[in-house]
Amino acid sequence: MKESQEEKAALSKDKLFELPGFPDKEELESGPVAVIECPEEIACNVCEAACPFGAIEIGKEIIKVPKIDPDKCVGCGQCVSECPGLAVYVVDLNYTDEEALLTIPYEFSPLPKKGEIVTGVTRKGEKASRVKIVSVDKKENGTPIIKIAVPKSEIHEIRGILIEEIND
Amino acid sequence: MLNKEVAVVGGGPAGLTASIELAKRGVNVTLIDENLQAGGQLLKQTHKFFGSEEHYAGVRGFNIAKKLIQEANNQSVDFLLEGSIYSVYEGKILAVKKGKSTQLISPEKVIYATGASEKVINFPGWTLPGVMGAGAVQTFVNQHKVLPGRKFTIVGSGNVGTIVAYQLLQAGAEVTAIVEAAQEVGSYYVHANKAIRSGDIPIFTSHTVKKAMGNESVDSVKIVEVNENWQPVPGTEKRIETDVVCLAVGLRPRTKLTSLTGCQTTYSSTFGGEVPLHDKSMETSINGVYVAGDVAGVEEASIAIEEGRLAGVSVASSMNYISSSTAADQKQEIRNRLGLLRGGPYGEEGAKEKERIRSIFNERVTRRESRSVKR
Repeated sequence: MKESQEEKAALSKDKLFELPGFPDKEELESGPVAVIECPEEIACNVCEAACPFGAIEIGKEIIKVPKIDPDKCVGCGQCVSECPGLAVYVVDLNYTDEEALLTIPYEFSPLPKKGEIVTGVTRKGEKASRVKIVSVDKKENGTPIIKIAVPKSEIHEIRGILIEEIND
Repeated sequence: MLNKEVAVVGGGPAGLTASIELAKRGVNVTLIDENLQAGGQLLKQTHKFFGSEEHYAGVRGFNIAKKLIQEANNQSVDFLLEGSIYSVYEGKILAVKKGKSTQLISPEKVIYATGASEKVINFPGWTLPGVMGAGAVQTFVNQHKVLPGRKFTIVGSGNVGTIVAYQLLQAGAEVTAIVEAAQEVGSYYVHANKAIRSGDIPIFTSHTVKKAMGNESVDSVKIVEVNENWQPVPGTEKRIETDVVCLAVGLRPRTKLTSLTGCQTTYSSTFGGEVPLHDKSMETSINGVYVAGDVAGVEEASIAIEEGRLAGVSVASSMNYISSSTAADQKQEIRNRLGLLRGGPYGEEGAKEKERIRSIFNERVTRRESRSVKR
């Protein structure tokens, strides 16, 4: 793929940081917070309605791009499960010294098990480091959310998992 | 001949909401659909929908269908399922075939919510088993839980193409490629991204299908790069192994019945093809014949839901089930919501196109004055 085309299917890190749904570096440091990778004006306000803390703002004009208020966001992950575009994640940079905790939506079967080691996948679909499943929360709406421990260096790259048999 | 107050043709999102709004206001409404079950394309949509609460946003398509059918039943909408309309006489007399019997239904008003049909592209080998539309793939995979192959190549990277790609991955299939003739991916970013990050799918932009190959069914597809003038570039062919070539190259309004009725049309590339002219209340050039949803221009399901409501309220008002001032308020509320749905770079084009269709309607259709005197 040419670079411009890649951009249309998987945003670069620089572009992500410009999004109103993406907290800045300082805000990311200060605890678990939702990152909303929703770059286009789509008529949708599901995340805003889903947030129990009023941390996501879209407004009356539902085509606006969602804006995150990191002060109000507690990183509960409700929006991760509810977003129809599966475009919201929760990032917790303070999980351990080496690892960050990432919450992802996962609509595939079978679900991984807690403690399982799986392959991290970038937002481009490429394989990344092996990651550990920290928790699996089946949600009633059919979009389970999974917490994974990922190397801090890959926290803005990994956005999915691949369950494959590898002898670690 | 069966006399009815209102017939709604097509039980997808627009037809269901139109019927609900009518029945709610006391109108006797018959909803005719040729399938075993109402719900239209919603039945095969397993993903959660965009929109806001009024459009069941965040709910999966098939569950939206369930909710709407439940509501229609609560409001005593009369369903005529497995009923195909094979002709229309004198503007509004519908000839309906159900099983081996036929009947004529003569409603005072008709709302056509007949949706859209898939476009196809032709190439050598396109009649081989294994070449099919995205709608068929969704029927197989999402409705009947059957994979019609293991490997899929998807032609078209619009929302339908990328959504089907993701759903195929969910079903355990391999998506070997998404082929797109334009220079850029056409779908919303979020749909494209959830597909590629779930399956590392190669996307071939500026490419089209040259040939589908195989003896008894498809075993591979040859794709070729196209230049800015959409012409194949010799020497750029690639062969991709695949069992299914899934065509997701757009939809066109399904206007056979409105054309049979004699509704005037205009061509709209934005809306996918010939569109029946309609006014702000969704009434066509034929008195008492309305349209709603994709047949009035291919857009989103959320828009179809609102257009169905608009047509329903308009018809109820024209039959004096609600006062014209109440109707005006209710229609305005719906139009406001439609305005919000048609915002942003994706929706704006639709808003402009609706405006253009309305202005053509006003130029060409003059029956308005004579009828308003009658009222």
